[in-house]
Amino acid sequence: MTWRYVELLAIGAAVTAGVSIVAILLGLGLGVLVCSASLARSGAVRAAGRLYISFFRGSPLLVQLLMIYYLLPAAGINVPSLVAAVLGLALCTAAYQAENLRGGFLSVAPGLIEAAQMLGMAPWRILLRIRLPIALRLTLPAVLNEAIMILKASSLVSVVGVEELTRSAQNLATSTYRPIPIYAAAGAFYLILNRLLAGGGGVLRRMLG
Amino acid sequence: MAAALQVRRLGKRFGAHAVLREIDLAVREGEVTCIVGPSGSGKSTLLRCMAFLEAPSEGEITVYGAPLGFRVTESGERQRLPDSDVARVRRNIGMVFQQFNLWPHMTALGNVAEALRQVRRLPRREAEARAMAQLAKVGLAERARHYPSQLSGGQQQRVAIARALAMEPRIMLFDEPTSSLDPELTGEVLNVMRELARAGMTMAVVTHEIGFAATVAQHIVFLDDGRILLEGTPQSVFAQPWHPRLAQFLETYIDRGAAVLLQGAPA
Repeated sequence: MTWRYVELLAIGAAVTAGVSIVAILLGLGLGVLVCSASLARSGAVRAAGRLYISFFRGSPLLVQLLMIYYLLPAAGINVPSLVAAVLGLALCTAAYQAENLRGGFLSVAPGLIEAAQMLGMAPWRILLRIRLPIALRLTLPAVLNEAIMILKASSLVSVVGVEELTRSAQNLATSTYRPIPIYAAAGAFYLILNRLLAGGGGVLRRMLG
Repeated sequence: MAAALQVRRLGKRFGAHAVLREIDLAVREGEVTCIVGPSGSGKSTLLRCMAFLEAPSEGEITVYGAPLGFRVTESGERQRLPDSDVARVRRNIGMVFQQFNLWPHMTALGNVAEALRQVRRLPRREAEARAMAQLAKVGLAERARHYPSQLSGGQQQRVAIARALAMEPRIMLFDEPTSSLDPELTGEVLNVMRELARAGMTMAVVTHEIGFAATVAQHIVFLDDGRILLEGTPQSVFAQPWHPRLAQFLETYIDRGAAVLLQGAPA
């Protein structure tokens, strides 16, 4: 294996990292909204939240990616590959993160929210400053687990034409006839990215106290 | 003296169960009003209604003349006011809870400074300076960087008092502030409250500390089974326990040094 191959794999890894990180952050933000909806006082909002979760948990990510990639242009909305990839991953992971966060939100003592209300804090400030940090601290292992799953599942976005780490490795393997060292190197890149992700989780844990 | 907070014909039902009935109560400016009574008499529910943490089923509450939560129209109908209006009227009220309710992910300083930054929109430096001053007032300046889990119950409750005071409310509500504290930690919280009363703060306190009520309050309200049974000055309520329910209630406190009160509170 020459440095040229490693370089090509590194470019793929950078695409994987970029797509995954944006999808993870976007998905977590959306997950907070979906989770809040699924716990809302209004029955209609609650039903919408539950419907979202059951749809995106109940169908394969691959199908979701293909639907976004082919369905949206059919409806006259043109989506570049990269956007379809990030959107597909984010929409899917949001459903799982919403479920992960639910237990955390439910465990926030009502008194902590009442205290904030009495001090005049608006509902969205209470969500961001009180409920979310407490819920996130409690559910961080599960949330981080889902982030790692998404990083690995990002290999699927090659089906919508994004050349990420796995696709780069495939291309190299077929052109060089040396699949073993190339896939091993790709695996090593995934391992490094996941270590970085876990490190980021550690930083988040310290930030949450 | 003028009423800071006025309760008129308030009722509260949970399903078919009437917890409070026909409560009329005035928390007067500059006075300490203590609400006492046996467990389950509705004291905490009344105080929570006064903060609109519970919506009363009947009646009206006004804070410095402004209706809280519901407005009674001229035809006598009750109209729910928008949340923004509730928040505006609540600005006059500070609340201290039995369980302290400090946010566990913030330091003592963070807890006190949070609303100054998020609600008052003060810059961090100024919010923290004010928070520090409030913590100093309750004797906890040197604990500012501690998290709630690193503080004793008494210290947590003093931080909670500082947090409420930081928003400069005109009325302070205390919901059994010492009920989840060991007897030896109760004193430090009661001292802070005494200090506050001496400074002229308008206070409504739900408490089991009869000694505190007798010595600090100007106004005692004795609640039994959801109704106000007796009210008046501590002397008039405690020194003449002619009412059988009050006598029965006070009897349970004789062990705790309240016997002297039955023989006559300080004039």
